Amino acid sequence: MTTTYDGTPSAADTAAADGARPRRRDVQGTKRLAALLLSPTLLVLALVIGYPVLAGFRESLYARGEGLDANGFVVQGERFVGLDNYTAIFHGDRGDAFWNAFGNTTFFTVTTVVLETVIGVAMALIMQQAFRGRGFVRASILVPWAIPTAISGLLWRWIFQADGAANAVLRHQVLWTADGFQAKMAVVIAEVWKTSPFIGLLVLAGLQMIPRDVYEAARVDGAGPVQQFWRITLPLVKPALLVAVLFRMLDVLRMFDLPAVLIGVNQKSVETLTMIAWFEASNLRYGSAAAYATILFLYIALIAYLFVKLLGADIIGEARQHTKRPRRNRPVKGKRKKVTA
Amino acid sequence: MTGSLPRRVLSYLGLAVVAGYCLAPFYWMAVSAFRRPQDQFDNSIVPARWSWENFHAVFSGDNGFGRALLNSLVVAGCTTVLTLLIGTFTAYALARLDFRFKNAVLGLIVATTMFPGISQLVPLLKLFTDIEWINTYQAMVLPSLGFALPLSVWLLTAFFRQLPYELEQAAMVDGCTRGQAFRKIIIPLAAPGVFTTAILTFIAAWNEFLIALSMVNKKEMQTATVAISKFTGVSGFDQPFGTQMAAGVIVTVPLIAVVLVFQRRIVAGLTAGGVK
Repeated sequence: MTTTYDGTPSAADTAAADGARPRRRDVQGTKRLAALLLSPTLLVLALVIGYPVLAGFRESLYARGEGLDANGFVVQGERFVGLDNYTAIFHGDRGDAFWNAFGNTTFFTVTTVVLETVIGVAMALIMQQAFRGRGFVRASILVPWAIPTAISGLLWRWIFQADGAANAVLRHQVLWTADGFQAKMAVVIAEVWKTSPFIGLLVLAGLQMIPRDVYEAARVDGAGPVQQFWRITLPLVKPALLVAVLFRMLDVLRMFDLPAVLIGVNQKSVETLTMIAWFEASNLRYGSAAAYATILFLYIALIAYLFVKLLGADIIGEARQHTKRPRRNRPVKGKRKKVTA
Repeated sequence: MTGSLPRRVLSYLGLAVVAGYCLAPFYWMAVSAFRRPQDQFDNSIVPARWSWENFHAVFSGDNGFGRALLNSLVVAGCTTVLTLLIGTFTAYALARLDFRFKNAVLGLIVATTMFPGISQLVPLLKLFTDIEWINTYQAMVLPSLGFALPLSVWLLTAFFRQLPYELEQAAMVDGCTRGQAFRKIIIPLAAPGVFTTAILTFIAAWNEFLIALSMVNKKEMQTATVAISKFTGVSGFDQPFGTQMAAGVIVTVPLIAVVLVFQRRIVAGLTAGGVK
């Protein structure tokens, strides 16, 4: 039944009552209309995303002429170098720089997402319990979200100055913005501050959709608050939380603005994969920049795939809900397969 | 639900902690902006002497900040308008029409949001250098569509789905074509959703940094976020923090005002994508 638009009985009935011939024409018309309406978006996305992916991969197989000539000008001309850009990344000094950036990117992703999730869920629970003043807190939660990341980088750089607010509060001299582990911590703190309210907001929306009688039933059955949290709250907000966590992870994996502004580019302690690729590109080494970018792209795709496959984050769940079948609770089999199912 | 007194106190305490966590750094930015430059490193909670000096410094000739604000407005505005023009139709098709590969298309569009900006940037940077688009608005607007378009299609699809299909159907039974039903029924009903999407897209485009930083090397074409990060002091170490904080306040306060006025809609928009 291709004419059932949203699964409601009324839609199906009217469509059936139309008779066979108009319906077929309608299906044809719908197809043509859908193609017409979808094509601009798909065209634009193909141009600004599809083309760069392919061109970037091609670029990563080429290198410019050997750097600078005697007068300091870049020698023109590209030559095909196969996988040289990739092998160069993994060897010698550049190998160390790559694994350092890879490690930093992974470290930031794991620490910030874990902290954000814990703090975000805590925030949501506090707001859920509130009697009054929830509106005010919800408004203030939007403030970190609305501040541009680059500005928040500057703000935290100011707070983390040697004689800045952070050290005054701690009563301890920490050289936050110098290259070192404390610089990593500075980035993590700033990132968590900016994004955990966002998770809190999404989780709060999820919490508000849990019917209250579920908790009442649990209380009657003798479940304490801790048990209620682990057995009811967490499983029921899990779908919302998983999607939020996935989007956060993908965002941190490509982090650039915050460490670049807060600590600076080309600083070993906070250099991420995006920063290293950007640095290459800004020095006109497009081939190796494209190789870094391609590696990052594959890394992100792998993480997204594993996340969806292992944890069953249901990104387009709502869409499937609207096509005939009721929602099932089985683990999904990878993204592409899932969406065509 | 009325709790016991200790529970109430605890709840207010919790709310205060959350609000303090979110607002304290922002408060610090605002307070630092209003300090006199000579008291800049004074860590008192309220400035001893308030002054507008930092704000004057922001617009002083060297920074070209007024132009940077205008650039940001043009880039974010164009991105938002283009995105809505293209995205509304696609979202309508995804929400209302039934066709093969519908979920595949939606999945594809969502999948593009996971795309790291840098792999888009490197080839486009090279391309735009070749066709001499560096230091132009289109060099910033076009790549921005890459993240703005999936975002808005995603949000609009969620909003369109919430509209009752019966209304549209009734209009079509009464003789409207699908196009008329879309124009006369859906667009007015969806206006709040479209508006919310516009705000969210605009904020995302306004906050963009990587593309604007890479596609432009002329000061007159910098967007506000890039310009602020490049404000220069006497030496690299001597960053003009007071001026930067004041500029940060100028860039952020309009956004925060909009966000607070349309708070409910924005929360609805943010959660429409992730929840349900």
